[in-house]
Amino acid sequence: MNSKPVSVEAENQGGEGSAQVVGHVLQPGVDISHKVILYLEDISVSFDGFKALNNLNMTIDAGELRCIIGPNGAGKTTMMDVITGKTRPDSGTCFFGQTLDLTRMTEPEIAHAGIGRKFQKPTIFENHTVFENLELAMKTDKRVWASLFAWLDREGRDKIADTLKLIRLDQEADRQAGLLSHGQKQWLEIGMLLMQEPQLLLLDEPVAGMTDDETERTAELFKSLAGKHSLVVVEHDMAFIEQLGGKVTVLHEGSVLAEGSLAKVQADQRVIEVYLGR
Amino acid sequence: MRTPFTLRFLAAMPRSGWIAMGLFAAITLVLMPALHLFVPESHPLHVSNYVITLGGKIMCYAIVAVAMDLVWGYGGILSLGHGVFFALGGYAFGMYLMREIGTDGSYQSHLPDFMVFLDWKELPWYWAGSDSFLLTLLLVLAVPSLVAYVFGYFAFRSRIKGVYFAIITQALTFAAMLLFFRNETGFGGNNGFTDFKRILGYDITSPEMRATLFALSALVLMLTLLVGRYLVISKFGRILAAIRDAESRVMFIGYNPLHYKLLIWTVSAMLCGIAGALYVPQVGIINPGEMSPANSIEIAIWVAVGGRGTLIGPVIGAGLVNAFKSYFTVAFPEYWLFFLGALFVGVTLWLPEGVVGLWKRIKARGKA
Amino acid sequence: MKLFFLALLLFGLPATNALAALDPALVKQLAAEESDDKISAIQQLSADASPEAVKVLKAMAEDALLVTGETVFILEGEDGNLALDAATGKLVVPAPKTYESITVNNRVRSTLTNALAAMRLFDPDRAVRLVAATELQSNAGIEMVPILARALAKEADAEILTLLKQAHAQANLANPDAAARLAAVDVLAKSTSPASRGLLLPLLEPANEPDVKVREAAGQAIKAIESRLVLGEILGQIFSGLSLGSILLLAALGLAIIYGVMGVINMAHGELLMVGAYATYFIQTLFRATLPDYVDWYLLAAIPVAFLVAALVGMLLERTVIRHLYGRPLETLLATWGLSLILIQAARMLFGAQNVAVANPVWMSGGVEIMAGLVLPWNRIVIIGFTLFVLTLVWVLMQKTRLGLFVRAVTQNRAMAGCVGVPTARVDTLAFGLGAGIAGLGGVALSQIANVGPDMGQGYIVDSFLVVVLGGVGQLAGAVWAALGLGVVTKFLEGWSGAVIAKIVVLVIVILVIQKRPQGLFALKGRSVDN
Repeated sequence: MNSKPVSVEAENQGGEGSAQVVGHVLQPGVDISHKVILYLEDISVSFDGFKALNNLNMTIDAGELRCIIGPNGAGKTTMMDVITGKTRPDSGTCFFGQTLDLTRMTEPEIAHAGIGRKFQKPTIFENHTVFENLELAMKTDKRVWASLFAWLDREGRDKIADTLKLIRLDQEADRQAGLLSHGQKQWLEIGMLLMQEPQLLLLDEPVAGMTDDETERTAELFKSLAGKHSLVVVEHDMAFIEQLGGKVTVLHEGSVLAEGSLAKVQADQRVIEVYLGR
Repeated sequence: MRTPFTLRFLAAMPRSGWIAMGLFAAITLVLMPALHLFVPESHPLHVSNYVITLGGKIMCYAIVAVAMDLVWGYGGILSLGHGVFFALGGYAFGMYLMREIGTDGSYQSHLPDFMVFLDWKELPWYWAGSDSFLLTLLLVLAVPSLVAYVFGYFAFRSRIKGVYFAIITQALTFAAMLLFFRNETGFGGNNGFTDFKRILGYDITSPEMRATLFALSALVLMLTLLVGRYLVISKFGRILAAIRDAESRVMFIGYNPLHYKLLIWTVSAMLCGIAGALYVPQVGIINPGEMSPANSIEIAIWVAVGGRGTLIGPVIGAGLVNAFKSYFTVAFPEYWLFFLGALFVGVTLWLPEGVVGLWKRIKARGKA
Repeated sequence: MKLFFLALLLFGLPATNALAALDPALVKQLAAEESDDKISAIQQLSADASPEAVKVLKAMAEDALLVTGETVFILEGEDGNLALDAATGKLVVPAPKTYESITVNNRVRSTLTNALAAMRLFDPDRAVRLVAATELQSNAGIEMVPILARALAKEADAEILTLLKQAHAQANLANPDAAARLAAVDVLAKSTSPASRGLLLPLLEPANEPDVKVREAAGQAIKAIESRLVLGEILGQIFSGLSLGSILLLAALGLAIIYGVMGVINMAHGELLMVGAYATYFIQTLFRATLPDYVDWYLLAAIPVAFLVAALVGMLLERTVIRHLYGRPLETLLATWGLSLILIQAARMLFGAQNVAVANPVWMSGGVEIMAGLVLPWNRIVIIGFTLFVLTLVWVLMQKTRLGLFVRAVTQNRAMAGCVGVPTARVDTLAFGLGAGIAGLGGVALSQIANVGPDMGQGYIVDSFLVVVLGGVGQLAGAVWAALGLGVVTKFLEGWSGAVIAKIVVLVIVILVIQKRPQGLFALKGRSVDN
């Protein structure tokens, strides 16, 4: 199923997985030799005539923290759908690093390659405990055979415990996730993302429904992640974007309208028109 | 540090569960067969042919119900076509039973009676090897799982789920039923297989054989429960439940739901096939009626009555509904459909968690 | 002479006046020992098609041509006591006491039948000529060429003329003259009848047809006829596919509306068809009892009744059960299955387990022949028309009324529709009623072509589910194309491989199609959140 020749890397903790098991295999690290982790080139997507993305071009550097803003219907979520394999573009290419063509990979394969995604509406496993949510997300051999015989070891427990502390849910570890508050669910989803140890994190409105205090802590967390990881954050909350302080891309009608520092795009006449002119 | 596999398995069930299972084993593997075989018929403690056969039959149904619950209760995949896997297992074993009749059929031919009737001169190619017991056991396992695997692969790959999937499975069993109704298909058409004489040379109607089949059904049921228990508490089971609740999240953290669904679906079909193979020698007949959509939907109601998402629920449900059915259809045959219909409506409306859920609620109230 | 005519008039005999008598030798030959002699006599007598000859040959065909010694005569009169000489038409006096009828064996009889038919070609009555020409279509022999030629020259009616040309050509196939045969083949090549192909087939063999040109022409003619026959067969299959598709559409339309609005599949939908069919049966019985004169129009009354009854049952189900299972589509599946069992058993108790008879009105029986070998039954034509009517109605309802607007709104986004003030609960009930009512109409249609019984709904329900799956969610256009497509494909497969294999192949096709289009063929694309 893999379109790329990749070596089977046995970095699974369970150990029982064997090479002939059905499913995808762990990908080796993404090739970021050119300091760029994501290329979107001339991407177009249309739904029954409506152009959700229109020749979108964007690159994300390795270790960058990028914010994406834009009015409703600008194509922000569709762009994330394309990157994560949920939507296939009508035209254009989408490369992860130098070698991985995302338009030819399935969602699980893309997740494996090292792209994690947080949805606009927090999606966690509501009937599982907080601990289990993190356990399922943990980077490991995720093929079916491995899951059948997987047993959590000490190292895994420690990792989960660390993440629980980081997202401040260590007191809630054995609670059913569905019972958490909205902000806690957002944090849990971010925690799950971290457990995946992705190279690139896509975060769709991560601080919606959070208190100011929670928002601030989230901004600090993201800033600490940048460098080691690359982050793409879609937000409407300008204060949050200001706290993050990264480069900002403005999307409008499916293509890039402006790009640069927050101050620069806020001064851009076209951006002002798009936000205020209608 | 790794926990040994056996320990993990033992931990798969609380102590009370193991005690209950031991009790069940003692009754079904020792007590009932002994009361059937060694207590004279006149004695009040004698277990009759009827009870042994009914019990064996219901345990076969219970296996199917557990298999159904694995996909529906835990995987969120409602199948309205599980009867087809049950029947395929039954037909696979039925072929062997037909060959065991030998030349004792009405036409004294080495061919099964229905083939003589159709004026066939030799066995069709797919009957080759059906006289071998071992090969038959292999077929019982392989045929339902293979059909399930291929069907499931195409269905899950295109992400058909929910109501759509249920309808497609119904169409599957409907089509299979029509296929088996045809005489040319080579499985006895309308009448299917019947008039069995022997298994491995032993008389199929003897008390010893009945007791053996009864105990075997109980054993398989217990194994099914153990396998099921392991599956649902393993990481695999938790991922399955996660797929049920939020499939896209599962995909975006790197699991491919296709393989998970396919595995539980295939295992479930295989269990149904085994149940079918145990069922056919006990009731003495298999025909395409087993594949009718109505039969498959009834399996779902057993699970719903007992309580889905639990392993003991389907066993209770299959037992309750079928014990009641065998009484009701004799006592008030014309009202059975009304009752069954009302059961479907009532359980879904007022008892969504089944008998087990009701019991849990009562217990919780008692504590409070 | 005068006396004779008077006598004839007195006894009211058929007019034999002023016509020439027949050749006595030929008439006598009719009574010959050898069949060949008889046949030759018949052919010669029939050549001029005189009324006398007709009368004699008719008598012979009815075994009423009698012979005593040298006299061949016919018995006539009220008591059969007047013996008329066959050749002259004069009374035989004294009437013979002993006589026997002329034996007519099969070979003679067929010659006789043909001869009589040929002579009737000159009858003044068009209907008689038409029947005669039709009779001669496929079995005219070479000996009839002259008489057919004369009939051709005289005939003015176009329809009869076509038939005569065909008969003439067919008779000419045995003409020793190759040119005549060639002309005949050319005429037959234009035929649409399967029989012409059978006539031409022997000409392909050199043993039967020495002339190479004629052989070639015959080969081409057969090809031409076959292509026309195949066309007829294909049209026939398309037609029966469309009529099956219409039934599926009536069943699936309601299903699709309900699925679109509420996201549930109503497993009791087949039983709503049954309700409609029983309503039709009830109205028929009512008409027979109270309005026997208008019994042919009971269907018109049954249509609104079936709609209303099925709609009421549907709304009742929605209010009492389905509403309470909102958001649990799989449980709804099971609950509605339970409802279907209850409805089936109720029908059994009310109307008995046996099928009941619903008759086609007279104006729906019979059929119309479009071309040779293709008869379209009226009841199916009416059903296709009826389906079109229902479809138009539903379309208007959906596009032009407030209810339709609400239904479409809820289908697209229930929460948003609720927010802008659409009464979603009422829309649910009405949509369910509408879907159920359409199923009731389907029941009316079904009662005209299938058995009406408690289990009738079960047979169609799997297929109509497949239509919904194939057509896509809440898409009426999808349901239309999927129903008609499945209907036509099923009929073609049935003709080619039998009904069971057809069902299986259709299922496989549906599964393969949704590999490519998981949401159905006509689903809207969009940025949908699938959780």
